[in-house]
Amino acid sequence: MDVLFSNVKELVALAESQNKPISEIMIEQEILITKRTREEIIAQMDNNLTVMEKAVERGLQGVHSASGLTGGDAVLIQKYMASGKSLCGDVVMDAVSKAVATNEVNAAMGTICATPTAGAAGIVPGTLFAVKNKLNPTREQMINYLFTSGAFGFVVANNASISGAAGGCQAETGSAGSMAAAAIVEMAGGTPQQSAEAFSIVMKNMLGLVCDPVAGLVEVPCVKRNAMGAAKALVGADMALAGVVSRIPTDEVIEAMHKIGKSMPSALRETAKGGLAATPTGKALEAKIFGKDKVDSDTVNS
Amino acid sequence: MKYRSVFDIIGPVMIGPSSSHTAGAARIGRVARTLFGRQPEWARVHLYGSFAETYKGHGTDVAIIGGLLDYDTFDERIKSAFADAEKLGMTFEFIPEEEEAVHPNTARLVIGDSEGVMELTGISIGGGTMEVVELNGFPLRLSGHYPALLIVHNDRSGVIASVSNAIAKLNINIAHMEVDRKEKGEMALMVIEVDQMIDAALINELESLPNVTQVSTLAN
Repeated sequence: MDVLFSNVKELVALAESQNKPISEIMIEQEILITKRTREEIIAQMDNNLTVMEKAVERGLQGVHSASGLTGGDAVLIQKYMASGKSLCGDVVMDAVSKAVATNEVNAAMGTICATPTAGAAGIVPGTLFAVKNKLNPTREQMINYLFTSGAFGFVVANNASISGAAGGCQAETGSAGSMAAAAIVEMAGGTPQQSAEAFSIVMKNMLGLVCDPVAGLVEVPCVKRNAMGAAKALVGADMALAGVVSRIPTDEVIEAMHKIGKSMPSALRETAKGGLAATPTGKALEAKIFGKDKVDSDTVNS
Repeated sequence: MKYRSVFDIIGPVMIGPSSSHTAGAARIGRVARTLFGRQPEWARVHLYGSFAETYKGHGTDVAIIGGLLDYDTFDERIKSAFADAEKLGMTFEFIPEEEEAVHPNTARLVIGDSEGVMELTGISIGGGTMEVVELNGFPLRLSGHYPALLIVHNDRSGVIASVSNAIAKLNINIAHMEVDRKEKGEMALMVIEVDQMIDAALINELESLPNVTQVSTLAN
């Protein structure tokens, strides 16, 4: 299959040599691979953006999951921000609250757009709708933010993994935070290379993060990992825009993430057998939610 | 290349909570339904690895049944799939397996009705993307990225040529093709992914070819 880029080095080189943003290279590759028209592709991304907006709106009104483990934190954070007491500033806390809002909706089996997964779905939209208030982007620029995120995610998915069961949480919120950092840089007027630097800076700080969901639910600690993923994305983007570079090239950081994921024991890859899931409280919550017959054969209506 | 489109990364639009355990699971169920060609009357679902350990929390079970009812990843009815299946008289059973599978998120679906039984193994590789890795005992690799033809035939000389000729006559380009058989001279399976949509005329023509016993399709 013909692709325009298969790693970050090629992606950045193409964007810089053709003097195009990364989002445009992603759109061109999508046209090439799927043979769909530019209009169709942009309309689908516009629709995904609308799904993200609605999920954030719903979460900010306050939702709770069926298990009772998560919900309502997005509202708490927004109220705290309104008090004017936030220490790390409104853009960061706004992104955090909107990331949490999205994942609270996800945990409540609401409608979301996976970016790149459902468990990590808060970070890309959370940062987007927070940065929006600072940079006042057009709708087109917001859609491009998603294409730029997607371009980096495309490389990670094909060269490493975006699955918690295969690579741990570093593959999910790690990928999402790094993708968002790269997209923030582009929206803020940074270069394609600066997008890659932002990606690397964030991913390096996500390496080794395990997937250890309590009771196997996408709730604890997933919602708060989206919160921190959004914060890291903003900090990483700011560092790259300041001119900070990663000593390890982006593709090598991705390769490192892949290898770390492969060497993770299965207990720490979404089996709910290790980490926070295996703590006394994690176990007690599991027993409370599912009772003791959880792993027994489950026969329904047969 | 496992992931082909930007919408494999920014997408799918889906009902929570997990892209691999909910959306990917729904897609495995839906592909099984499509290949079976009709609503199954019963389903036995074997779950492996992370699927076996966490399927209740992730709604993997309702998602697979939703897929068997032909619901897409964003269909709100996934939540009521158990009740919906019951109304249609479909029975189902989930069996968490202890043994290790090739991929940590693997589901083996055995579905059937009075006319036939089909067995399909799917893996959910992350972000809602899935692959079919086995069908009725034949190992294969089917991503669902392209429209596909699955042709069960007798292992005789000339069958592959007559099938590819019929496809070529309609100016349809073959993107990927696999052929496998159980034993020499016995039942064989062709999996053909194509670039263009597959229409009823082609299916009819393929079904009429000598030694072709069954044709199933998967739309993109």
